[in-house]
Order: sequence, then C-alpha cells, then structure tokens
Amino acid sequence: MTNQTASSLTKKKTRVSDYVLLALIYFSAFLAVAILVGIIIYVAYKGIPSINWTFLSSIPSYINKTFGILGNLINTLYIVVITLLIATPVGIGAAIYLTEYAKPGKVVRVIEFTTETLAGIPSIIYGLFGMVFFGVSLKLGFSILCGSLTLTLMVLPTIVRTTQEALKAVPESYRQGAMGIGATKWYMIRTIILPCALPGIVTAVILSIGRIVGESAALIFTAGSGYLLPTGIFEHIFKTGGTLTVQMYLSMSNGKTEQCFGIAFLLVAFVFLINCLTKFLTSKMKK
Amino acid sequence: MEAVSTPVKDRAESSIRSHRKSKSIIEHVMYIIFVVCAFCAVIAVGAITIYMVISGVPALKTVGIAEILFGTEWLPTAENPQYGILFIVLTSIVGTSLAILIGVPIALLAAVFLSEIASPKVAAVVKPAVELLAGIPSVVYGLLGILILKPLIYKLELFIFQDDPTHQMTGGANLISAVLVLAIMILPTVVNVSETSLRAVPQDYRSSSLALGASKIQTIFKVTIPAAKSGIATAIVLGVGRAIGEAMAIVMVAGNSVNLPAPFNSVRFLTTAIVSEMSYSEGTHRQVLFTIGLVLFVFIIIINIILNTVLKKGGEQRD
Repeated sequence: MTNQTASSLTKKKTRVSDYVLLALIYFSAFLAVAILVGIIIYVAYKGIPSINWTFLSSIPSYINKTFGILGNLINTLYIVVITLLIATPVGIGAAIYLTEYAKPGKVVRVIEFTTETLAGIPSIIYGLFGMVFFGVSLKLGFSILCGSLTLTLMVLPTIVRTTQEALKAVPESYRQGAMGIGATKWYMIRTIILPCALPGIVTAVILSIGRIVGESAALIFTAGSGYLLPTGIFEHIFKTGGTLTVQMYLSMSNGKTEQCFGIAFLLVAFVFLINCLTKFLTSKMKK
Repeated sequence: MEAVSTPVKDRAESSIRSHRKSKSIIEHVMYIIFVVCAFCAVIAVGAITIYMVISGVPALKTVGIAEILFGTEWLPTAENPQYGILFIVLTSIVGTSLAILIGVPIALLAAVFLSEIASPKVAAVVKPAVELLAGIPSVVYGLLGILILKPLIYKLELFIFQDDPTHQMTGGANLISAVLVLAIMILPTVVNVSETSLRAVPQDYRSSSLALGASKIQTIFKVTIPAAKSGIATAIVLGVGRAIGEAMAIVMVAGNSVNLPAPFNSVRFLTTAIVSEMSYSEGTHRQVLFTIGLVLFVFIIIINIILNTVLKKGGEQRD
C-alpha cells in the first residue's frame, strides 16, 4: 500500500498531449531557423557566381550586353546619406523632447500616437504620398531627393523610438548631478545625456540604414529607376536613381534571375552585417 | 543702469544674471527646436492623411462610391472601363487572415520555445536568426517565392486540378503562394513581440502552477500564454498590419488578375494593384488606384487605433 502511493507520487504521469505540444513547439522553432538558413544558403549558392568585377563596377550596357550595379550602388549610398542627414537630427530632437522636456499629458500622447502610426504605415502608402506630395506638389519629380524625403518620414519612428530607449537608459542620478552643480538643461543634454546615449543613437542610425537599403515599394514611385552614374555630386540629387532593391525588382520583372540573385546576395549579406553591428552595440550599451 | 553705483556684491549678481540671460536664449532656442522636431511626426501623419484623402476621393465622386467599393468588374483600360475593387479588397482581407492563421500559431510556438524552453545558449542562436528574417528585404522574399514556392504550388495545382477542365491554371502564381510568403514575413514580428510579452509574465505564476502539480506544458498553455494574452494580441495586430501592407514580396507570386480570392485563383491585393498598375495608369484609372491606396490607409489607421486604444488599455490594466 505505502509502496504503491510512493511510486505513484514519484512516477511522472505522462501526458500524450504534452509530448505532442512539445514536439510542435520544437518544430515551430526549427522551422523558423530552417527558413532562414534555407534562404541564406540558397541565395548565397545562386548569388555568389553572378558577382564579379563587371557586376560591381559597371552599369547595364546594351551594346556590350553586360550588366552592372555600380549606378544602383551609388544611388543607394546617396539615398542613405541624404535620408539620414535629415532624419537623424529630427529624430534625435523629437526623442530629446519626449524624454527630457515633455510632461506626460495630451501632447505627448498625440506625438507618440502619430509616431507609432508612422511606423505602421506600409511603404507603398509612403510611395504614393511621396509621389503626390514631394514629387508633384513640391515639383521634385522622380528624383533621389524625392525618394530620400519620403524615406525620412519612414525611418523617423525607428530613430525616435530607439533614441528614446537610449535616453531613458541614462541614469536619473546623472541628470540630478548635472542640474545640482548648476548646469542648464541644454548644457546637460549636450555634455552628459547625449554622449551616454551615443551607442543607442548609433544603433538607431544603423537600423535605419538597414530599412533604407531594403526598401523598394516607397522608392519605385519617388526615386524612380535610373541606373546612370552621377555626372555631378549635387546634380545627381535631382536625378532619378533606382536603389539596389528597385533594380532587383525590375530585373525580377524581366525574368533576369541571375542578376536578381547577385543583388539579393549583397542585400542579405548587408542585412547580416547590420544585425551583427546592432547586436554588438546593444551588448556594449548594456555594459 | 545702476551698476555704477551698486556695491560689488550686486554687480557680481547682475553679471551672473546677464550670463544667465544669454544662456537662457540658447536654452529657449533649443527647446523650440526640440518641440518642432517632435511635432514633425504629427505634421507628417496629418499631411499623409490629407493627401491620401485628397487624391483618393475624386474617383469616388466621378465613378461612384458603390460602383468602386462593391463592383466586381475591374477593367480599367477597357473601352467602357469598370472600376470595381470589391475582389481586390476581399483578397487583401482573406489573404491577410489566412497568412495570420498559418503564421501566428508557428510564431507563437516559436516564441514559447525561445522564452520557456530553450536554454540561453540555444535562444542566443535562434533569436538572432528570427531577427535576421525580419531584416531581409521584401524583394528577396518575392524572388524566392517565384523560384521556390511557385513551382511547388504549381505541381500541387496540377495534381489537384488535373481532371478539372474548368479550372484556369495559374502556374503557381495564386493566393496560396502569396499567403505562404506573407505567413513567413510576419513570423519575426509576431515572434519578437510575443516573446517579449511571455518573458514579462512574472516567474511566480509559473512556479505556482508547477507547485500545484501542473506539467511544464500545461503551465505554458494554461498559465503563461493566457497571462501574456494582451501582448500576444498586440503581436497579432502588428502582424496583420505588416501582412496587409506588404507589396513587393507578393506582387510576383499572387498572379495579378482580379478574381475572387479562392486558394488556387490568380488574385490581386490592394498593394499589388497599386504597384503593378501605377506606372502606366492615367486619368480616372490613376485616381481609382489612389482610392485603393486610401482604402488600404483606412485599414492601417483602424489597426493603429485598435493597437493604441483597446490593446494599450488592456495592457495597462494588467499592470
């Protein structure tokens, strides 16, 4: 009798449903990883062979029947730089206002709601808006500047939110200490808060670069699909310029898969690099 | 003014004050700059809303609200053009729902794996992998959809409809292909947000449940997941937002003809209609494309309002 109860207490009751669910959990996690690994291997396997010097250093030529992405690379660089030049200061400013100045209330709620709304708007809507507002109303047409302005709105929430997190992570005692010895608010922000939050701000910028490089739907109607090399550094801003992703979409529509895979490999490799960088910075910030 | 006659002490004070004044101008200017920056988001959302309405409404007037929203014929370039977008709207709704039905269970279980089951070392490998999935550009998903998924679905289609002469073959470019691509694309969003909310469930809940004799799996499904339900709901709504707004990944795999959203029909989503026709559209056709954009925008705003009112409040109550 005693033996029996003892064994029933120590013996684990096995439930079939537990094992089934556990198997499903493992399967789901495995699936997520397998999809990623599959994508990376497939893209690398198909993409690496099409990457060579001509591919990287020339523009599409119908006479020589060669294909290259140099023009698109430069356009991507242009769009990244211009977008960040506008979006970073604005985003950091907004984050500083929200964390350092604003008192909780209606105004902050409205700003946070709209920032979240901006983050939720799909890129195709940005594309349409950019086309009619920057393209038609401001007469920028299909140009790199038009695309950059559109993307500025798109990456703004990323920068605001990430910077806000970084600012919130600066210990309150730093602020009190600075104020206590007579620093004014802006002086405190400039000399203490911002340097402390720098890794977070850099993370925000890197995340934004990732988004800009991967964007296509918002650019196809705003920056267009030009692939020519710039004739002048500043002139190029007002010319049409397709980024790597836009070029990839066009090649895809024309059925040129080997070009697509070349670009896809570069994009995936770039995204991988960006993820590693942000991981590194976040871990540095936590220390 | 009185500085000449005032004693030294006062002079020192005034110099501090005047110094302060120049400082306070900088302070003031910086404050204004920050406020302006903060209101950029508000202005942007306002401008986007106004422009979407201004460019989307004219077509509703010229063609008629009922004809656009409830018409099923989409022949914008015909001699007698028809601009019914009902099937397009339905496709987006059905496609998004199916993608959620497929993607969310997998994502939720993967999140459970990350927060409840995996050892820190395993989680340190799986989590970055999921995050990397989120960063891969949508055109890359589209490319893989065309080259991997489409042929597979085509084989399935041939197998199912081999004896059915009424079925129009889509070559694998149909609703199912698009739904599968979308399901994969929402995975990272749903996994990340659900995992965060699962991790936020207090450890006491788990310990109490285990102490009462529940197994680990029972604890997960009967205690932890219900406790994290508002976070999981947020994850699902974010997933809906991502799926309904995705364009470039599905434009090549959805088939792109306007049909009733049945699994093996070639279909057109709100987003893909805009992408594939904007470049050659003009006149009323273009206006109707903007109306499609407006419909999509309305969906997104509804999703955002749900996120910000219903779900946020639910989350706050629990805290």
